[in-house]
Amino acid sequence: MARKWRNNNADFPQKPYDLIREMLVALGIMGALVLVLAAVFSTPDVPALTAQQVARQDPKLLLQNALDDLSGQDAISTYGPPYNNSGTAQSIAGFSPAQIAGVQIPINSAKVNVLDPLNKVAKIDTSLQSPLQTWSKATVKQRSAWVNHIESALNHATLQHGVLVVPAASPDSYGPLPTMLNAYLGLARSGLLESAIDGGSGPMPATNRTESLLLLQDVPDAQYANQLDMSGNQWGIIKETGNYPGAVWLWFYTLLYQIPPFVNSSSADLEVVLTTGIVTILLVLTPFIPGLRSLPKVFGIYKLIWRRWYRTTTKKGRGHA
Amino acid sequence: MKKNMTRSLRLWVQNTLPMENLLPDSMPSYVDSYVYLFGILTVAALVWLIITGTVLAIFGPEWWHVSPVGHFFNSMHFWSVQAFFFFMVLHLWAQFMMAAWRGGRHWTWIGGWLLFLVSIVAGLTGYLSQNNFDSQWIGVQGKDAINSTGIGGFFNILNFGQMYGLHIFVLPMVIIVLLAIHLMLVRMHGVVEPLPNGKEEVDNGEKVAEQ
Repeated sequence: MARKWRNNNADFPQKPYDLIREMLVALGIMGALVLVLAAVFSTPDVPALTAQQVARQDPKLLLQNALDDLSGQDAISTYGPPYNNSGTAQSIAGFSPAQIAGVQIPINSAKVNVLDPLNKVAKIDTSLQSPLQTWSKATVKQRSAWVNHIESALNHATLQHGVLVVPAASPDSYGPLPTMLNAYLGLARSGLLESAIDGGSGPMPATNRTESLLLLQDVPDAQYANQLDMSGNQWGIIKETGNYPGAVWLWFYTLLYQIPPFVNSSSADLEVVLTTGIVTILLVLTPFIPGLRSLPKVFGIYKLIWRRWYRTTTKKGRGHA
Repeated sequence: MKKNMTRSLRLWVQNTLPMENLLPDSMPSYVDSYVYLFGILTVAALVWLIITGTVLAIFGPEWWHVSPVGHFFNSMHFWSVQAFFFFMVLHLWAQFMMAAWRGGRHWTWIGGWLLFLVSIVAGLTGYLSQNNFDSQWIGVQGKDAINSTGIGGFFNILNFGQMYGLHIFVLPMVIIVLLAIHLMLVRMHGVVEPLPNGKEEVDNGEKVAEQ
């Protein structure tokens, strides 16, 4: 026979209480509160930044992005795990969980962001097939030379009726890139670039948008976030667009990013996550940690919480009071 | 004779959590402060989160971007989240200040922290499910922290389908189960008694439990 469980609440003087009524009242109060807050303050809904938007507002930025992808100079090509092995994974004293986990979401930016979408366009616009073949048959050195030439010419390039016109150069300086970039710009302007990137595996709805989200994740997203006052150094991650509160409960985690030694570390993410994890474990285990578990006694807030109880009891009174 | 598992379970429930403890109609008179409302207000906010979240799930993730009614339900969901965390954090601080882990209540404290941590992940997956610039920015910014821990390949915060599924089903279920256990532990142990009003050392409750 199991031991009859007993708590010592019944040893104290009792007062009437109605759990169900309290729950219903709390539900009513909370319902009214969120109803009023929703009616007065609503919620922000700034549309996601799209390649179409970048292509229209800052076409050269999108083209620079594509050139970085093609030359492997984009942030993802040098990111390391889980996307590739070409970057340095974050580590602390040689311990790198990301390196141990390895490449789990392999991404080749040139192929995923630029060449695969253009190859899809080439099935409709066959004039693009030849430039793409020229690109694929070229040596790495040749491709790099084309990219370098057109990158240096991009500042002086103009857009005439939506078509990129680069300054005249010797016929082979840019290789197939002007044609490819104009097709890319057209694809982005049509609004189909993200679908062309994510829909690589077939007609299934693109519920996994990892690749298209990584397309603009560096400069374009950061520029847009800055305009919206959302960048990390402005504590943007714990607030929503339009100064709405975000995940303010992550204040401690976000605070660490702002202070030394984390602020200047190349492994800041790993250090912040581990530090937050250690602090969390300490708090979870508070009941077993001498000193930490005595802090409530030091703060004395409990005297305020139970002040009426202490007033009604004497030293010889009930239980532990 | 074979042990009857059904009878054993029934007896365990009867002995561990008798109905008068599960659904009490009286409380010790020291339960006399507004801080005791923080827990139940957190639960109330969770109920509204589930109600508004269910409506949003029924109509699909695009609905609130195109419908004023959908936007209003999203707003209620958003402010329920803020209220949920606001009262949960107040509840947590209040329990800390009362050293509420005493009297063998350490599992209640640990379970409360688990609820907080799972709720943070639930909140994150919700922010990521918004399908707007907030979710886009949080995704591309947050991925670096997740990737640095080595779990980014499994818990890919740029994978909308994964985040949405976790947000509308898996994590709410975990929260509900953890909350049920948390409330059961609260009712089993009863409300923690006041700290000694002197200078005694606060222990982890073993001595108190024996008295």
